[in-house]
Amino acid sequence: MSRSCKVYIAGVFEHPTRKAVDKTIAQLHAEVAIGALKDAGLTKSDVDGYFCDGVAPGLGGMSMAEYMGLDLTYTDSTETGGSSYLVHVGHAMAAIAAGKCKVALITLAGRPRSEGVKSLAARDYGNDLPERGFEMPYAPVITNMYGMAAKRHMHEFGTTSEQLAWIKVAASHHAQHNENAMLRNVVTVEDVVNSPVISDPLHRLDCCVISDGGGALVVVSPEIAKSLGDRCVKLLGQGEAIKHLNSGRFDLTHTAAVKSGPIAFAEAGVTPADIDYASIYDSFTITVLETIEDLGFCAKGEGGKFVSDGNLISGTGKLPFNTDGGGLCNNHPGNRGGMTKVIEAVRQLRGEAHAKVQVPDCTLALAHGTGGSIAQRTGAATLIMGRNDA
Amino acid sequence: MSQPQKQNPERAYAEPSINMETEAYWDATKQDKLLLKSCEDCGETHWYPRAICPHCSSSNTVWFEASGKGKIYSFSVMRRAEIPYVMAYVTLAEGVTILTNIVECDFETLEIDQDVEVVFRATEGDQALPLFRPTSQD
Repeated sequence: MSRSCKVYIAGVFEHPTRKAVDKTIAQLHAEVAIGALKDAGLTKSDVDGYFCDGVAPGLGGMSMAEYMGLDLTYTDSTETGGSSYLVHVGHAMAAIAAGKCKVALITLAGRPRSEGVKSLAARDYGNDLPERGFEMPYAPVITNMYGMAAKRHMHEFGTTSEQLAWIKVAASHHAQHNENAMLRNVVTVEDVVNSPVISDPLHRLDCCVISDGGGALVVVSPEIAKSLGDRCVKLLGQGEAIKHLNSGRFDLTHTAAVKSGPIAFAEAGVTPADIDYASIYDSFTITVLETIEDLGFCAKGEGGKFVSDGNLISGTGKLPFNTDGGGLCNNHPGNRGGMTKVIEAVRQLRGEAHAKVQVPDCTLALAHGTGGSIAQRTGAATLIMGRNDA
Repeated sequence: MSQPQKQNPERAYAEPSINMETEAYWDATKQDKLLLKSCEDCGETHWYPRAICPHCSSSNTVWFEASGKGKIYSFSVMRRAEIPYVMAYVTLAEGVTILTNIVECDFETLEIDQDVEVVFRATEGDQALPLFRPTSQD
């Protein structure tokens, strides 16, 4: 069922830093907030709702609200890893439609690169974690968990490393035009499959970058959007879901996108074939492959063929994706890529992406976030947006 | 006679974290026993073991000893670790799929659906850690 009140994204900002040795995380949150409010044509006194993830400094959003000097009547700090920010957009849509707030600010910031976070270190969420004793002794690391998902997909559907490599190739074609991207060299399938294996079958170039930085979004009511003009982007549908190990009965070939996608498409009243541009979460190449299948851009198991036909490359493919270079080439601020997925989709709908990658007459865009680990507990959130006149 | 299994060096296994719900599981590992939990009300087995059945929410969950046999559902050789190891999900004969490592194996010949059996390793605590190795062919 469609929400009767249409809500808009009025402002976005992506921090240009990729290594912030001289800035605190709180400072980065404030800088992206200022950037997004300026982009929207609003000030911080207009903000009455604030959304952040569970790792923002302080208890929920309270410390950051104090640091930035916000006066709030609504707050939400839902934590689903890298998908959090697309969840926040959905929750802001509901809050605004319910009249709980009018201007919702969503921020993300992190500096894992400056802090020397090692991608090989196991994540540990503490002693109360019920599954801890049954997982941590085996040294699960994000790379070997996604490696198992890739291995199983290959086993069931005949997917190859060369096909997965095409996802990185497409991202690199886009990143060459982004002056802020960490990796701007165009790479080939051979470059990817000849890069060192991190955890079978994933190579170094199948993995996203580690970067500092952040981003922010400003979500507003229809009345405020009307006063701000046509750079506002209309939110048409959002869906979110969680997938876990289901008491020991699960598969590794689907993500939670199989649930979040249909909810978002139904609310927007559109189909995958209608989408002009897609931002797809790309922590690893396999994340993209499973997600585009789960969202219905191709059948389950046919993702390998879809991507190796060059379909993700802007200008030639059916589904131009991650035209900023994505997490694979551009950035992955705070090890959380959902925020930048929304930002690039907004750029596409405004016609403000780089000219070399701008999708002509882009009227409908999708952004998808994946959080946690697709081989353990994972969140998904799908957002469908339209141009102001959509 | 079967070929001797290739022995790869293994890392030291940390003491597992244990709580009131899982004491019996870890005690059993000291006798090289792998325990599972099933529910007396709905009859379903679940993993990881809990006081409350995740299928029907009953508190009548009971321990039983697993066969220790299973098949590899998926695996990934963590080559970039200081001591490379095999991360795996193994589907037990009892129907649940559990996270583990595969040891006593040749990294290059492991396969999905391969038969494996439980083997125990000492940890840095008093408990042992269940892992799996390819089932011997003899």
